[in-house]
Amino acid sequence: MSATPPFTDEHEELRSSVRGFIERELSPDAQSWEAEEWFPDEVFAKLAGQGLLGLKYPAEYGGEGGDYLHEAVLVEELARIGSGGTAAGIGAHVNIATPPIWKFGSEEQKQRYLAPAIRGEKIGALGITEPDAGSDVASLRTTATRVDGGFLVNGSKTYITNGVRAHFIVTAVKTTAEGGHNGISFLIIDRGEGVSSSKLRKLGWNASDTATISFEDVFVGQENLLGPLHEGFKLIMANFQWERLAMALGAVGAMQLAYERTAQYARERTAFGRPIAKHQAIRHKLADLAASAHTARCVTYDALRRFCAGEQALREVTIAKLVTQRACFELMDECLQIHGGAGYMREYWVERAARDARLGPIGGGSDEIMREILGRLLDL
Amino acid sequence: MASTETVLKPDHQAKRKHFIFTDEHEALRESIRSFVLKELTPHAEEWEETTFPDSVFTRMGELGFLGLDKPEAYGGQGGDYYTSLVLAEEIVKANSGGLAMGVAVHTDMAMPPILAFGSEEQKQEWVVPAIKGEKILCIGITEPDAGSDVAGIKTRAVKDGDGYLINGSKTYITNGLRADVIVLVTKTDADAGYDGFTLFLVPMDAPGVIREKKLEKLGMHASDTALLAFQDVRVPESAVLGQVGKGFYNIMWELQGERLIGAAGCVAGAQRTFERTLEYANERKAFGRSIGHFQVIRHKFAEMATKIESARQMVYVTAWRFANGEYPVREISMAKLHAARVAVEVADECIQIHGGAGYMREYGVERAWRDARLNRIGAGTDEIMLDVIGRSYGL
Ligand SMILES: Cc1cc2nc3c(=O)[nH]c(=O)nc-3n(C[C@H](O)[C@H](O)[C@H](O)COP(=O)(O)OP(=O)(O)OC[C@H]3O[C@@H](n4cnc5c(N)ncnc54)[C@H](O)[C@@H]3O)c2cc1C
Ligand SMILES: Cc1cc2nc3c(=O)[nH]c(=O)nc-3n(C[C@H](O)[C@H](O)[C@H](O)COP(=O)(O)OP(=O)(O)OC[C@H]3O[C@@H](n4cnc5c(N)ncnc54)[C@H](O)[C@@H]3O)c2cc1C
Repeated sequence: MSATPPFTDEHEELRSSVRGFIERELSPDAQSWEAEEWFPDEVFAKLAGQGLLGLKYPAEYGGEGGDYLHEAVLVEELARIGSGGTAAGIGAHVNIATPPIWKFGSEEQKQRYLAPAIRGEKIGALGITEPDAGSDVASLRTTATRVDGGFLVNGSKTYITNGVRAHFIVTAVKTTAEGGHNGISFLIIDRGEGVSSSKLRKLGWNASDTATISFEDVFVGQENLLGPLHEGFKLIMANFQWERLAMALGAVGAMQLAYERTAQYARERTAFGRPIAKHQAIRHKLADLAASAHTARCVTYDALRRFCAGEQALREVTIAKLVTQRACFELMDECLQIHGGAGYMREYWVERAARDARLGPIGGGSDEIMREILGRLLDL
Repeated sequence: MASTETVLKPDHQAKRKHFIFTDEHEALRESIRSFVLKELTPHAEEWEETTFPDSVFTRMGELGFLGLDKPEAYGGQGGDYYTSLVLAEEIVKANSGGLAMGVAVHTDMAMPPILAFGSEEQKQEWVVPAIKGEKILCIGITEPDAGSDVAGIKTRAVKDGDGYLINGSKTYITNGLRADVIVLVTKTDADAGYDGFTLFLVPMDAPGVIREKKLEKLGMHASDTALLAFQDVRVPESAVLGQVGKGFYNIMWELQGERLIGAAGCVAGAQRTFERTLEYANERKAFGRSIGHFQVIRHKFAEMATKIESARQMVYVTAWRFANGEYPVREISMAKLHAARVAVEVADECIQIHGGAGYMREYGVERAWRDARLNRIGAGTDEIMLDVIGRSYGL
């Protein structure tokens, strides 16, 4: 099979090696990680050993010197782990926590955080959401007050992926009294005195340590200010594009796999004297699922191609995020239905996949927020 | 006579009860509700981890809640069909789908066939203590290789001297670990088609009955769901429930009552999740106002309320027909299909309205979805309901 643009044969080679690695090294343990509600930190080291934590980063920081397309391959394949939580932890590290350091960090910050992150020695998290500020990012309240040599941070963040294990948290804070669009900055906060995390239990993404993190009089040195003071809002916006594309790619990978497995189940499971796939209603459901998986892929690849060609592609990326997240959950829900009672049992993969997929329409900007953005882009 | 003003003013607070319910039903509702809120709801979280204790049955038995619509002769309350609807609606307030399911399997799935087809001796042996909550019932239809296709089951009961020898396995059996007896669907004559099935009452402590495994599930965690094996289980002739060869028809009859009760639970569950989410939407703020005041969120509530109301009316009207002696299989299937879908859609929308909080266990909406999701599979899947409805038109 030849590569689907924007991917080339080179990417397909990478894909098959990533897939092999995941199926060998990660999938076999996925179910126990889900049950333990934790995947081991060594996963990062293992990925780093294959160069997979630095696909898009320059060689000078230990990266592979590739681009977003290489990383797109990884993100799509992560679905094959069979643990949304593990994929999320890896994704938070490569897709949302480290890119701001790469793009906005000083040379010194890159050496101190990006390089060890690529080596899998330091794990990162991105801390934006707060108990009282989610969709409405600008209303965040965690404050950083100026003190000698740096800042004193107080406040709390919630729903933070890698929130327990992270060695550093790329954190959005208020640096003016008003906060808002012109008063937010980013600090790289090391885990240390005054930083405490508590893990949250969830519908899905169970292997991931989603946490509430509180900061009590945490001193952060001036050298850890990331990007210009008071201009953090731009940083948030800059990163959303890749985060949302990554979520779309994750959905594309998960949908394809779920469709294939469910089609296989429907060919094997019999009821009323024939395979359930031979009942027209089930056959048509599966046809719709195949169509949905294909549509999601086309929409996502279109946005990806534009993004990689240097377009801002705000509209296409927003559409891709909106369309794929709902579609992915609906596909999983339908796969669950096609499995009948088995779909409801933990023993099969499908209920887990449905629980994991439900995050999509909420995280990384909810469906409603995607529609708000689109509305504005469409001049409505 | 109402004045023009009062006529023109919409009355959203009107609390007149539905015509199927009398004051006695409302009094019953009150007493079930206060029991549920006082004795069950506080333990819901704990029971998600441990499954609910058998003492729930004994306590409900003491209070008379396990035999609301069952004959007084067997210790029941002798109430009408609506009383069991009231129970199904109020038990939802325990916030434990698994508990509600365990109780419903006992009272509305396993007990009715014993009452309808059982001998006097069987009723005394099983129904009387079951209504007291001293014996727990389960029902075994589904097998690893046959669920929707009930006629495809393989569990065999073979005549053996003055009794039967049973071999086979059953899966996804609610109360399967705790039950004292199982209403077991078997094949007694492989060549007789639909006339080859027979029900048995098999004590779960009979030699050869093996509780193989407690199954882990998406939701309904407070309920024990089991995989069971039957290996050379010997039962006497007197264990046959109803007539030999009539098992298939009897079980299809049983499913009707169960489906309607399930539908009532779905509506009540959806209503509860709706209300909790409404409260959340009034409190939660984004962009300077409570999220309920964004038009799309308001419309989501409007859609949900409309769906819930449509399902509720379907359930009540169908219950009314059922209670008046009709056997409205088509309408029961419609109510089951619609109510189950509504329950799942509402729970899903409520997760969405909660945002990140909806994904967290702490808020309980994600559990509402996980529990509700069973209803589109259990007691006949959506697809089977559609098939039944479609076929009822001769298609
Ligand atoms: C598992 C998980 C992992 C996460 N990981 C991270 C992470 O690593 N880092 C991080 O910073 N955050 C993370 N998040 C947070 C996530 O980004 C937020 O949950 C999300 O942005 C929604 O915010 P909220 O939860 O505050 O919901 P709210 O903003 O309270 O929204 C509630 C509801 O109101 C709707 N709504 C809000 N505004 C409007 C409007 N204007 N019009 C119409 N409807 C509206 C929303 O769509 C939603 O349905 C994570 C969340 C989860 C669940
Ligand atoms: C939590 C739980 C509790 C349960 N409790 C009990 C219990 O106490 N006792 C008991 O006996 N059973 C119980 N069940 C079993 C339940 O009734 C069955 O799971 C259900 O009937 C579906 O059967 P199945 O799982 O074999 O699915 P299958 O029959 O294998 O169905 C698989 C898929 O094929 C579809 N399908 C099947 N036939 C057709 C057709 N002709 N046309 C179109 N589509 C079709 C189905 O709708 C489904 O989507 C329980 C199940 C669960 C999950």
